[in-house]
Amino acid sequence: MITLNVNGRDHQVDSDPTTPLLYVLRDELQMNAAKFGCGLGQCGSCTVMVDGQAIFSCVTPITALQGRKIKTVEGLGTIDRPGPMQRAFMEEQAAQCGYCIPGMMMRAQALLETNHNPSEADIRDHMRTNLCRCGTQMRILAAVRRAAGYMREAKGTGQEQGTKS
Amino acid sequence: MVRRILLAIVLILVIGAAIFVALGWKPAIAPVDRPQASAFKPEVLSRGAQLAALGDCTVCHTAPGGRPFAGGLAVETPFGTIHSTDITPDPETGIGRWSEAAFKRAMREGVSRDGHHLYPAFPYDHFTRTKDEDISAIYAFLMTRQPVSAKAPANDLPFPLNVRFILTGWNLLFLHRDPVADDPSQPEAWNRGKYLVESLGHCGACHTPRNALGAEKRAHAFAGGVADRWTAPALDGASPAPVPWTQESLFTYLKTGFETQHSFAAGPMAPVVSDLRAVSDDDVQAISVYIASLMGPVPPPRQQEGQRAVEMATQAGLGFTRGAPDQSRDEPGAALYASACGWCHYNADSKGSSFASRQKLGLGSVSSMPDPSNLIHVILEGIPPVEGEATPIMPGFAGSFTDRQVADLANYARAHFSTRPAWKNVDDAVKAIRSGKDIDRSASRP
Repeated sequence: MITLNVNGRDHQVDSDPTTPLLYVLRDELQMNAAKFGCGLGQCGSCTVMVDGQAIFSCVTPITALQGRKIKTVEGLGTIDRPGPMQRAFMEEQAAQCGYCIPGMMMRAQALLETNHNPSEADIRDHMRTNLCRCGTQMRILAAVRRAAGYMREAKGTGQEQGTKS
Repeated sequence: MVRRILLAIVLILVIGAAIFVALGWKPAIAPVDRPQASAFKPEVLSRGAQLAALGDCTVCHTAPGGRPFAGGLAVETPFGTIHSTDITPDPETGIGRWSEAAFKRAMREGVSRDGHHLYPAFPYDHFTRTKDEDISAIYAFLMTRQPVSAKAPANDLPFPLNVRFILTGWNLLFLHRDPVADDPSQPEAWNRGKYLVESLGHCGACHTPRNALGAEKRAHAFAGGVADRWTAPALDGASPAPVPWTQESLFTYLKTGFETQHSFAAGPMAPVVSDLRAVSDDDVQAISVYIASLMGPVPPPRQQEGQRAVEMATQAGLGFTRGAPDQSRDEPGAALYASACGWCHYNADSKGSSFASRQKLGLGSVSSMPDPSNLIHVILEGIPPVEGEATPIMPGFAGSFTDRQVADLANYARAHFSTRPAWKNVDDAVKAIRSGKDIDRSASRP
């Protein structure tokens, strides 16, 4: 049994320790935000956060994650109360097919949790490991900038929502 | 009597200081107007382009995301941080007002046009041996680039290293201005290769160990050194490659960045190979001839090790150099390897797979190096894509794995993809590299 802490909740998992986190999230825990794209850590659609950093869940075995804090899009907010990252992506209409978007949001979240005021170069450099085949990259970048603004505002008023795990 | 001795000591010190100043003081060379492009012959310009690529000027003289030759890269040295400068023909921040004589003096003696000493992070100890006509061609090439105004950030060096004049002493000790001598008993390509490697190519700047004052140890030329916190492997008989290099395999590696019985050029070697694409086949061939001769004849045990590595790597499966791991042994790296690395690093069959050039770990030198630093760098940082080039990529695992897990993986790779004895203190090495420090190489060697 391996205990996985996902979005602040502990889950007992009896999958093989070499199972990639992505399969456990989707098949065992019914958290379907993270997507299977390439399975090789090269496209970024499976990106989630571990201890504050963005990682590729398709090439990270669960045995590496005992006692660590995992965060997925399900931890950013709900349909009724979307978090700032989700609001920003909706308002910028950043999704076309949407397959890469959960990974994009989690990678951006990892940046904005440590840097509320990233430069354009910071954002582009940080997001370069995540690919979008539809071509909404410009909207994705705009959504990240917008989310950064929301997080700065929330920090200013002390009303950050849905971003703490 | 005492007064006389004191007087003599003072006199000697004063004379010594005067000689030091006389040796170290360099006059400014008068500024000139930038020569017109038409002043240079086209064939000189194209030769200059190749020579500048061979000298890897842009590797240091380009900041991340910056314009080529405009400088600004922070070069970390054991003494502090030095920033490369603008070598575009900008009249203010670059070399736009440098005469060819001023450029030649910088290359040969490490002195700027205005007379200030340059730090030997700029490898003038190699360029001092570059032929006149080659320096002229590089000058022509640089003076016809697009000027970029770019002031380099200030260096971060402690006193007294921030006083450039003390380099007079360094130059007296370590700047050997002897030309690269031809060996008439060797073929022309060998002599050409030796000249390129020891002058413009400045291979020894990374592949030769340095002494406490940062100068290359000439007695240990090409015995392996350090480049940007990576280990630059030995290019002599101590080369760590599982399959011994040959002239042909060196040529393919240097020309394309990949060789099927070795590995990809990664880390600080990647931009070097990228530059070599612009260099003529003849010159890259000459470099290969000379480097292969440095490595010398291959003893039978090394040949056998190489054959075994090739056999294992062409079988379907994970290509373990030492055979499959013993399932009864509890190896902490095994599960991590299977799920994080094995997706890519396996052999579908002898004919290759969807990635014909996927890295076979038993063939690359990364697991066979004397210390684990390069393997740790690759695990943590991956191999990032290079914009506009067809280069290998690998995801980094810095966020996925703890220091303990990275060390477990490195130890596992060493145990199964190399026939060399285990590394020591891998945990300390991982901690050091993750926190941006250099590792204690001697403490991690088996």
